[in-house]
Amino acid sequence: MGKQLAAVIGVGQTHYRAKREDVSMAGLCREAVDRAMADANVGFDDIDAVVVGKAPDLFEGVMMPELYLSDALGAEGKPLLRVHTAGSVGGSTCNVAASLVQAGVHKRVLAVTFEKQSESNAMWALSVPVPFIMPVHAGAGGYFAPHVRSYIRRSEAPVHVGAIVAAKDRQNANKNPFAHLRNPDITVESVLDSQMLWDPIRYDETCPSSDGACAVVIADEDTASSSPNPAWIHGTVMRTEPTTAAERDQVNPQAGREAAAAIWKQAGITDPYREIDCAEIYVPFSWFEPMWLENLGFAEEGSGWKLTEAGVTALDGDLPVNMSGGVLSSNPIGASGMIRFAEAALQVRGAAGEHQVPDARKALGHAYGGGSQFFAMWVVGADKPV
Amino acid sequence: MRDVAVVGFAQRQMAQFDGSPTMVELLVPLFADLYEQTGWGRKDIGFWCSGSSDYLAGRSFSFVSAVDAIGTLPPVNESHVEMDAAWALYEAWVKIQTGEVDTALVYGFGKSSAGLLRRVLSLQLDPYVLTPLWPDSVSIAAMQARLGLESGRWSEKDLAEVVAASRAAAIDNDYALLSGETSVDDLLAEPMFSDPLRRHDCAPVTDGAAAIVLAAGDRAREVSDRPAWIAGFEHRSDGQNLSLRDLARVPSLAAAAAALDLDGVGVAELHTPFSHQELMVREELGLDSDAVVNPSGGPLAGNPMFSGGLIRIGEAARRVWDGTTERALAHATSGPALQQNLLCVLEGSH
Repeated sequence: MGKQLAAVIGVGQTHYRAKREDVSMAGLCREAVDRAMADANVGFDDIDAVVVGKAPDLFEGVMMPELYLSDALGAEGKPLLRVHTAGSVGGSTCNVAASLVQAGVHKRVLAVTFEKQSESNAMWALSVPVPFIMPVHAGAGGYFAPHVRSYIRRSEAPVHVGAIVAAKDRQNANKNPFAHLRNPDITVESVLDSQMLWDPIRYDETCPSSDGACAVVIADEDTASSSPNPAWIHGTVMRTEPTTAAERDQVNPQAGREAAAAIWKQAGITDPYREIDCAEIYVPFSWFEPMWLENLGFAEEGSGWKLTEAGVTALDGDLPVNMSGGVLSSNPIGASGMIRFAEAALQVRGAAGEHQVPDARKALGHAYGGGSQFFAMWVVGADKPV
Repeated sequence: MRDVAVVGFAQRQMAQFDGSPTMVELLVPLFADLYEQTGWGRKDIGFWCSGSSDYLAGRSFSFVSAVDAIGTLPPVNESHVEMDAAWALYEAWVKIQTGEVDTALVYGFGKSSAGLLRRVLSLQLDPYVLTPLWPDSVSIAAMQARLGLESGRWSEKDLAEVVAASRAAAIDNDYALLSGETSVDDLLAEPMFSDPLRRHDCAPVTDGAAAIVLAAGDRAREVSDRPAWIAGFEHRSDGQNLSLRDLARVPSLAAAAAALDLDGVGVAELHTPFSHQELMVREELGLDSDAVVNPSGGPLAGNPMFSGGLIRIGEAARRVWDGTTERALAHATSGPALQQNLLCVLEGSH
């Protein structure tokens, strides 16, 4: 039978906030699910299977919460899968849902991801001491700061490039009604004036901790063909390498490079910089924009920061990056990867509202997790893949 | 659909694993077993998928360290489910169906002894209205067993017969924790544990891991003249709310079974951690009366969390490989009182 075509026909998001104390986890997920199904013009009866993704269960204190959520997600009597691949999980959840359609197993799959960080404490959840395993004392920022320092040293990037990314993403967020952080006055200078947290990462260069959920409906070719604006899936990829190994390069990880090479090949793309119209890249700390631009092959090694500095990645640049405001503006961890994938779909569907890139035809969604070791990506297009 | 078969299976089960909850020390020899069985190496594997739980390990990202067992570089095409690895096998089967890969290695692991398992599993319930009452997994199963006793669907003697059969079958299973000849009278003389369940009606708390290799078409024939071909693969979930569910029935299992052809199944490995559940699952499946159920001893002989379901698939596949049966059925479950159920039909010729 071969691989079947699949497309995103519905996207739903909650408003991302520090604390959503007005809803339960089920209520939070349903906000996103109901919006995605309304967008896709489908009801629960049309859904064949449900795929749930989220980051560590300790973040909410519920073991395998999809079991309790099955009623609220309309999964009763249906196949229900729960994906967990660290920070990349939102992307992986999309990819697993897509594979169910591409394999010809199902026609319409609902994928939903969430995090309700206010239920517990992520810093605590990440800091449980484990024998024989290197502790991540200061949370993710403390883990990644040395990689950023190494990047700056290797690439000889000017130290304000991180602030350019932060100011750009937060300004983009002001155009996104779902974004968590809103700050119309943010500038490169104000970012540089903010407190240093993990040198060289400043407070304003760091992602927030958010409550929120995101959902997508992925459909087969027949269903998608009657949708007014499907986002056709041109390729999906996942790659993994271990956390600690002497031969790893955590600044420019091999898993990311190989994932990028595989996704460009699958999507028939030979020059990503020219052929991709916009990209949502997982940037939880500002400097990861130039780092991932290189890892993804949009720029030569050591020159990603030049694209950022020249304004290429701005909303009106040649290669807009993180039009939604990115992880720097909204970060319900388990959903953060899916939000990137969903934003890529919204762009090629022409449904991104104020932060729409004019005539976006092909977009990349990217997520990473763990110690820069889990990568998930997809390329979506306004046209069917050739 | 592409023809996909189980071509390798390795497992370990023990009362207490003397090592890290990441289980890397246990997974490395399992993978070595599989390389020996298949004649393949790491680079022959197109996709890796695992099943495990952070809560069992008592930490976030427990599966991240387990990736160490695969080796360092080059990177691998990999995914993970926070479920029993039987569902990881399903994800891998779907991946092979897309045509992107031809082979997959699936593994599951869990160190149940690291905490008080029945209490840890209370955290799977509705966190707002049920978990605060701390109903544990054994007590919920006991309520389910009670329903059958009161309605006359089974007797305490029926439950003891399930246990005696499991112990006797497990004599031939090197990995079983509990095995041996026992009598129904002796079992019924044991004290209650969680009334009406006695300790032997409940699967023993087990540490362990298991791994399976899947391969498509000619890649499978490369390994074996008689691989265990997957003839059907279905899974469903029920809702969880214990007040809304009829705990005496398993509609998700009946629905999965209805989507499959179960005629001629000669061997069934059922993931039933409580004795009465074996009777329930048999009934929902409507298996032929001469079908052999749990020839390995089943979960009552040993039940490592997050690989217990995968082991059922491996045990069923083994009995197709060795010609014991032409068609075998494997079942896996997850969640309180059989909430989620998966069925995999394996056959010798395809």
